[in-house]
Amino acid sequence: MSGGENGGATHAVDEAERREQPAHFAFDEESERRIPDILARYPEAKRASAVIPLLWLVQDQMRRQTGSAWVPKVAMDVVAARLGMAPIRVYEVATFYFMFNTRPIGRYHLQVCGTTPCMLRGSEEVARACRDATGIKAYGETSADGMFTLTEVECLGACVNAPVLQVDLDYYEDLDYESTVRLIESLRRGERPKPGSVTGRQASAPAGERTTLLDVPGE
Amino acid sequence: MAKVTVDGIEVEVPNGATVLQACEAAGKEIPRFCYHERLSIAGNCRMCLVELEKAPKPIASCAYPVADGMVIRTDSPMVRNARRGVMEFLLINHPLDCPICDQGGECDLQDQAYAYGMDRSRFREAKRSVKDKYVGPLIKTIMTRCIHCTRCIRFSQEVAGVPELGATGRGEAMEVGTYVEQALHTELSGNLIDICPVGALTSRPYAYVSRPWELRKTDSVDVLDAVGCNIRVDSRGPEVLRILPRTNDEVNEEWLGDRSRFAIDGLKRRRLDRPWVRKDGRLAPATWPEAFAAIARRLTALPGHRIGAVAGDLADAEAIIALKDLMAALGSANLDCRQDGAALDASRRDFYLFNTSIAGIEEADALLIVGSNPRVEAPVLNARIRKRAIAGKPFPVGYIGPRVVNLTYPADHLGEGPAALRALLGGAHPFAETLRKAERPMLILGRGAVARADGAAVLAAAWRLAVETGMLKPDWHGFNLLHLFGGQVGALDLGFVPGEGGKDLAAMLAGDVDALWLLGADGFDPARIPPSTFVIYQGHHGDRAAARADVILPGAAYTEKDGTYVNTEGRVQRGYLAVHPPGEAREDWRIIRAFSEGIGRRLPYDDLAGLRARLVEANPVFGTVGTLERRGGADLRGPAGDPAAMGESPFVLPIANYYQADAISRASDTMAECARVYGSGAHARLAAE
Amino acid sequence: MALSDKDRIFTNLYGLQPWSLHAARRRGAWDGTAALIARGRDWVVEEVKNSGLRGRGGAGFPTGLKWSFMPKQSDGRPHYLVVNADESEPGTCKDRDIIRHDPHLLIEGCLLAGFAMGANTGYIYIRGEYYNESVVLEAAIREAYEAGLLGRNAARSGWDFDLYVHRGAGAYICGEETALIESLEGKKGMPRLKPPFPAAVGLYGCPTTVNNVETIAVVPTILRRGAAWFAGFGRPKNSGTKIFCIQGHVNRPCNVEEEMSIPLRELIERHAGGVRGGWDNLLAVIPGGSSTPLIPKHVCDDVLMDFDALRDVKSGLGTAGVIVMDRSTDVIKAIARLSKFYKHESCGQCTPCREGMGWVWRVMERMVEGRAEIEEIDVLEEVTRRIEGHTICALADGGVWPVQGLIRHFRPLMEERIAAYRARHGSPQPALPMAAE
Repeated sequence: MSGGENGGATHAVDEAERREQPAHFAFDEESERRIPDILARYPEAKRASAVIPLLWLVQDQMRRQTGSAWVPKVAMDVVAARLGMAPIRVYEVATFYFMFNTRPIGRYHLQVCGTTPCMLRGSEEVARACRDATGIKAYGETSADGMFTLTEVECLGACVNAPVLQVDLDYYEDLDYESTVRLIESLRRGERPKPGSVTGRQASAPAGERTTLLDVPGE
Repeated sequence: MAKVTVDGIEVEVPNGATVLQACEAAGKEIPRFCYHERLSIAGNCRMCLVELEKAPKPIASCAYPVADGMVIRTDSPMVRNARRGVMEFLLINHPLDCPICDQGGECDLQDQAYAYGMDRSRFREAKRSVKDKYVGPLIKTIMTRCIHCTRCIRFSQEVAGVPELGATGRGEAMEVGTYVEQALHTELSGNLIDICPVGALTSRPYAYVSRPWELRKTDSVDVLDAVGCNIRVDSRGPEVLRILPRTNDEVNEEWLGDRSRFAIDGLKRRRLDRPWVRKDGRLAPATWPEAFAAIARRLTALPGHRIGAVAGDLADAEAIIALKDLMAALGSANLDCRQDGAALDASRRDFYLFNTSIAGIEEADALLIVGSNPRVEAPVLNARIRKRAIAGKPFPVGYIGPRVVNLTYPADHLGEGPAALRALLGGAHPFAETLRKAERPMLILGRGAVARADGAAVLAAAWRLAVETGMLKPDWHGFNLLHLFGGQVGALDLGFVPGEGGKDLAAMLAGDVDALWLLGADGFDPARIPPSTFVIYQGHHGDRAAARADVILPGAAYTEKDGTYVNTEGRVQRGYLAVHPPGEAREDWRIIRAFSEGIGRRLPYDDLAGLRARLVEANPVFGTVGTLERRGGADLRGPAGDPAAMGESPFVLPIANYYQADAISRASDTMAECARVYGSGAHARLAAE
Repeated sequence: MALSDKDRIFTNLYGLQPWSLHAARRRGAWDGTAALIARGRDWVVEEVKNSGLRGRGGAGFPTGLKWSFMPKQSDGRPHYLVVNADESEPGTCKDRDIIRHDPHLLIEGCLLAGFAMGANTGYIYIRGEYYNESVVLEAAIREAYEAGLLGRNAARSGWDFDLYVHRGAGAYICGEETALIESLEGKKGMPRLKPPFPAAVGLYGCPTTVNNVETIAVVPTILRRGAAWFAGFGRPKNSGTKIFCIQGHVNRPCNVEEEMSIPLRELIERHAGGVRGGWDNLLAVIPGGSSTPLIPKHVCDDVLMDFDALRDVKSGLGTAGVIVMDRSTDVIKAIARLSKFYKHESCGQCTPCREGMGWVWRVMERMVEGRAEIEEIDVLEEVTRRIEGHTICALADGGVWPVQGLIRHFRPLMEERIAAYRARHGSPQPALPMAAE
């Protein structure tokens, strides 16, 4: 009965996925330093609450250690053991939340907001710029040099500054084709432009002269 | 109580009941997929939507609590539209490969589409396809058929106690599985097949074997453990093709252990299908008259006290009483049914029964397990303990036995051997106080804990602890023995133990008899039988004992005869013939009856009715088929044995390998594959993690 | 009359000043907090009720009433305040500004709201993408602790209050309050069956109230300036000020705090520089975030921006994310993209949403091309009706309303698109009878 229809259904694709999974994961010193603070936020008997924060630690640590921010399966097991959860409950969480990468990604994660508010303001141009500047053909791919992974994401919640590109955890706003290409080139050079509007606009204020908050107390 | 009106019919249901229950009380059928009365409520399939007066939207009846004065409609346009919608959504991505689906004919999705669906599809897009998952050697998965009801996830978490199944991903990409392609670590996995409402989880050994409408269905009872699970044996022609659980809330609810369900291919292999007689040192095929003659020649030459008989673990009461009567006729009191040497005291039923009853476990509020791993010895009974353990009210569990056992519920490990029992007896261990403070404490003594040199002492000590900690009360009996196989209690009930001046198994094996009649007794090492002893092996499998026999009488397996069995609780139940014994094999009591006639000592029953009258005469309990009277523990006097005589050696669990524990499962390829995949300690290893 | 700066609550909406405690205090935050608490729990709840404040997260449920559902006395279980900062409704980016530019308004609001509902602990659940915002928020909370404004005897009020930030990881559904609670408990964000409601059985099985960031952040100012002041803005039952997010085809997209019930046209023209190409170039507006059905220009001409006025035109105020589309917009594509969003964000729990949202999106994609039969518009409409109202939570409702709005207002356009496709390609699919399913 060995193999069989199901047992044998572990195809070549899975084999590739298996190969990229490390055999071992342990929290490093920096992660360990942050864990007590995280656990202290929740009642002792409700440690499972810390599953998302700990998966974030994993993804951060992987970025630090390997240059690729993702969550390997073995790390999910480590999180499960740390929190006293069944591993499957951690697998469920890690695959439910879209920001956790369950496979390796490039050094920079280019996340193009494709939802309607950004689409109306030109997100398709931003996506095209990303493809042109990285050589990536389609969403989900990583550039040949391993520098960039391109993902389409849903509304990032910065709609009055559309279109928006999130690079790793930073928002770049009010983009167009050219400014997106410029941004990617500076990333490629190892620079990290200041997040926010690339047009120099003040946050969510209207471009040009403000219509409100002209006369407020304070500094 | 709440008064609820359902389609104009007024019903009263308890507060806390659901709208679905109220609808059923009113005789209304509510379709459902995710709802299962033995699992937590998920409310996700949306098939059970009904209309609640004044509510703007239909409500999920499975999850909605009743309130007094509610007016419910189950047949309004709103409800019909909702059901049709859900059916349509469920089917758009379902492969509709019904012609080649093993669930066909017994598929909830099929049946409900027929009843509530539409006659055409409006879906023009490509259907989703989902990669199949590996969850073990017993379950075949075709995950494209999955409707995401999550019953399997809830079953494995809640009932089986192995949270290994889950739904990963989300939305339409959500997939049910283990995520890591591993076999589920449970002895209850076959139940996933039953609770899956579609053909996503089906039986791997039964794949493409038969259509359900080709099967003859025979209600029966399982004997491969001592729970007495109620089963249905599905057969076609001479072959048992599958075994399914039948619902009995007092015994197995609707669950069945994997060995009891999947060992059936063992019924076809290594069968004894004709008599054999040893000639010149070698077993040779023989006719029934030749075999009988060979036995008669030997037995009639011996005085009764030089003849002995041993009843096997799977024997039916009919065969046991017939053999006992035959031995009496031959003048022998050398009887034993305790192949493991368990120091059981058969003088009073409550010394050897699971007195609390299986359903009674749910009333207990503290439990001590001694020398037993119920998960392996009686998985369905263990599920009942787990049900109690997660029921909410505190349920402290103490456990004495080998470390590295995962019972599927939390348990304090109190020690590995009699020392822990001694500490409890003296009150030195705090768990004794836990038991004493409990209203309804119970103790489960494993058969393995008394199958040892100091077994009688352990038995007596356990009883004394039960008395000391208040487990025995007029309306509560918390002392329990957990037996291992379906024939064990019946043999004790029929007194198949040494009679006046009779020898026990150890003495018989020590050369105190010259002839030994083994009724399916292959639970001990046949090498212990002295070479000079003449051995008659009556049974259905050419397992270890048959090879040692001088004469082999081919008997019937439990699926091949009408038989009476007593489960560990002392519940008398009947199994029924589903297929005929193979070849020349015969029902066991008829073999003995025929032999008795041949030697001129005809047993006084000609038919099953007569034999069963004899059973009732031997022990009136055989007149109470199916029912179980709950026992109190009024008589505190304990079994023979001196607690002080307990030794020091740790308890050893009697079943090392769940999948290969008896002659039938040892003959099963399916079980061999399970043993290979899981290894003998695979489930235990999980516990250690 | 437009709202004047002196009546604005979010005076640092654009981050012109620092977010720090020091700066926030100069803007008026944390002023007399202890004195407000000293007036008692009932007073706080009554004041919020009288202010007419309705939840700013989209549903518009009266806030004071919601708070009053919490048990008056603890039965031994702790009470929890949970703040919904999982701002993910397409078109909505107001809470982000509060968190990154004026976090102390939110923190002070948490203390007051926590006190009002008997909660000694609060969690702010912030969406995972708002990482930089969460850094500011955590720093502001740290400041508050250091200043004695949180923790034991918070702000010297006699009330103990701890506040924690919990960052999500990318799931729109966690904005649904019970999904948020599940997520906070360490599970997938799958909405719970109700009843029981969170006020009875919420976080960790304890009484819990979940409120939106903006809802909580306006509370301190309401209590300081009085219910009547807040109730004085907007029409009855639609009172107060509100942050609007004006975006899409306007000349100067922006967030702005305005008076409720302001006319849509005035809102766009006064603050966002008007519709690109002028008002007459307007095609339609999605007035309250993606879940609210669009309204065509002729409705936009004079509709007021409040709960009731937008409900009357079969849309809603929602989160007040105003998505403006001019005549250059392929409105079918704009709505199809929203369908994709809802398909992507469906948790997968309920059959109609899990299966139906993908179906709707795929049909919508064909509608964008016109690769469909005219009759399929009706099928689409009917499928949305079979999704709507048949699920545990409202995600699916919000997911199909935009499609229903499109069909309601732009059916002729959809038919034209189909006809044009047919003219180019012939019949989209062979008209074979479909197999029975």
